[in-house]
Amino acid sequence: MSGIQQIIAVTLLNLRSIPQRLGASLVAIVGVAAVVGVFAGVLSMSSGFQKTMLAAGAADTVVILRAGATGELASAVSNEQIQIISTSPGVRKRDGVSEVSGELYVVVDVAKKSTDESANVPLRGVQSGAFGIRANMSIIEGRRFDEGKNELLVGRSAQRQFKGLEVGNTIPFGPTEWSIVGVFEDDGSASESELWADVRVVQATYRRGNSYQVVRAKLESPESIDRLTAALEDDPRIDVDVINERDFYSQQSEAMTNIINYVGYPLTILMSIGAIFGALNTMYSSISARGKEIATLRTIGFRPLSILVSVVIESGVLALIGGLVGGGLAWLFLNGFTVSTLNAASFSQVVFDFAVSGELIMQGLWAAVLIGLVGGLFPAIRAVRIPVSTALREL
Amino acid sequence: MKYFYLVWKSLWRKKIRTILTMLSVFIAFLLFGLLSGLNQVFAGATDLANAQRLITLDKISIINALPSAYLPRIEAITGVRRVAHADWFGGYYQDPRNQFAQFAVDPERYLDLYPELQIAAEQRQAWADKRDSVIVGRDLVEAYGWSIGDRIPMYSSIWTNKSGGQVWDFEIAGIFENDDPRGNTQLMLIQYDYFDEGRAFGQGGMGWFIIGIDSAGNAAEIANAVDTQFANSPNQTKTSTEAAFAESFIGQYGDIGLIISLILTAVFFTILLVSGNTMAQSVRERIPELAVLKTLGFEDKGVLGIVLAESVFVMLIGGGLGLGVAWLIVNVVGAIPLPGFYLDGSALALGGLYILVAGLLAGIFPAVKAMRLTIIDALSRG
Repeated sequence: MSGIQQIIAVTLLNLRSIPQRLGASLVAIVGVAAVVGVFAGVLSMSSGFQKTMLAAGAADTVVILRAGATGELASAVSNEQIQIISTSPGVRKRDGVSEVSGELYVVVDVAKKSTDESANVPLRGVQSGAFGIRANMSIIEGRRFDEGKNELLVGRSAQRQFKGLEVGNTIPFGPTEWSIVGVFEDDGSASESELWADVRVVQATYRRGNSYQVVRAKLESPESIDRLTAALEDDPRIDVDVINERDFYSQQSEAMTNIINYVGYPLTILMSIGAIFGALNTMYSSISARGKEIATLRTIGFRPLSILVSVVIESGVLALIGGLVGGGLAWLFLNGFTVSTLNAASFSQVVFDFAVSGELIMQGLWAAVLIGLVGGLFPAIRAVRIPVSTALREL
Repeated sequence: MKYFYLVWKSLWRKKIRTILTMLSVFIAFLLFGLLSGLNQVFAGATDLANAQRLITLDKISIINALPSAYLPRIEAITGVRRVAHADWFGGYYQDPRNQFAQFAVDPERYLDLYPELQIAAEQRQAWADKRDSVIVGRDLVEAYGWSIGDRIPMYSSIWTNKSGGQVWDFEIAGIFENDDPRGNTQLMLIQYDYFDEGRAFGQGGMGWFIIGIDSAGNAAEIANAVDTQFANSPNQTKTSTEAAFAESFIGQYGDIGLIISLILTAVFFTILLVSGNTMAQSVRERIPELAVLKTLGFEDKGVLGIVLAESVFVMLIGGGLGLGVAWLIVNVVGAIPLPGFYLDGSALALGGLYILVAGLLAGIFPAVKAMRLTIIDALSRG
């Protein structure tokens, strides 16, 4: 028999005898399943969060904030500055009108459905241009708010997570009652966590006079950002930061994603080490239960390398099964699970779904295979190093 | 105790297996320790809240300021001892990543209501005397290498000052500690008067009020009195106890903390189950040996005790080390820079309890089996 044939023969022998060592094999499988399940589960939070945030940005839209502002909430832009921006080069025009939207971004207290505790829900006051700038946005129920009225258009995610946002309801913000007149969707992006109203009404409610916090502008092409930035930098009347909308949302999601990753990756490493111990234990008991068998194989001419490789493969297969089970469970129970959290960067709630992506599962399976190989290698070396005569005499 | 040698020997019968099992248990309890620390981050703020403090915010939104004229009106309410106020400065030091809380406050009022912030009397005085000075928490001093007398530029992402810039220069007048080790000292306190005069807009506003009350028993009544007082004004208020405020604020992060806890708890028990199974297996393999012990005249109870002692021992060594290392990482090294990340005594005690219970559970089934063995059956299996 050639080396390869030997390896296949011994491996099949090993795998077929797994049912006899079911208890010990399960230890390895469960251990690895836990690792991959937790890895995919925890990181699906950060990937889901990031996905939701990034979906809110478009490559040909820019976000313009007061220079140095770290987010929309902390920014301020005057009406005059908006006029300057709309006449600047690089901004796209539709029917002769620049596609620019001055917006106010504030937070309001609305109770979460799940806990009944109050939460910072973002309220965005927009000019009518805002609808054209967000290409993916569409109204799925009701209608837009009327200008000048206390009417709210609510995001689909916000409506699902927070209380009292059904169309036809009214909701009190301070002394004024607001009616909910419609629901919008935006490709599952973070915008869906927001409530929208006419910017003039929000200015009045929040006593902001005629000022805004952020300007969004549609570009002629993604590359025109350089022309716009240069023009605004040269203008002494205005001191702002111009950021590509995608980059903006990526910055806004960075802190939260990092926190989850800082928990997720070390946790996975720690647990992998635990799982390696489990796999080692399983494989040591596996080879010790088969000591005589292995010695017999070697006596009849199987090469040590074939036996070594077959033990490592057995361990790898067990780990892979564990990985698939763990990844599968995470996908089954967590994928698409909707939660909301406070994004410290915007000081407001973001509703997002867990995303157990194929990429995460693949990463988890690589970890599983690695655990299996490491966990199988040392027992395998031991299996082939025991002198045949000793092994045959055991028990 | 006289059987200790026997337990010890049988433990090391299969050295590698015992060590590996101990290491798995070690990992499980290390995880448990870190998880408890993380839970403290979410629960800590509520635990530390003072029952004799109320927080008053604008009712529509936490980001709206309240008029300073409210302060004397709140202070006039029966049962109110003193009122302090704070504004969110929203700044960072040198790099936007260096974010921590900065409040603009009235030194006397604020420190009076937060007696847990401990500062030397002369530093407190120095702060009150110098308008552009600040006091900073111990954690910040350690993180940024500051010392008293340093001038530090703080970049505010909200407040433009009157010269049109976002950078405010402050001098460090003192360093405070928190008398509770779980307490957060990643905080900078700025003088309100200097801040209010310096800012280009928003003058006369106060971010929120902190109300010190005579007795925690009157909290609901006083909160209600405050909110009623301003019910018909443009700035309606929402007053709650500090604990309720902290809870609802932490609750905003909500589900994430809960989910991480759930996942980690599941993992902890999975690892225990797996190691318990291994331990049980090791007893099963030794049934003939246990039969020999019985033949030699060991009583049933003695055999039970030996087997149990063995599994408890494995858990004790592995789990004890795990908790110990977790404690080192969390409390001594402080490796994880999260406010309130702390492993307290009750978490350690709970961990100890889990160690014992897990040891007993892992050992009890094989131990009972071993106890009930008839010698003949057991020996014939070998």
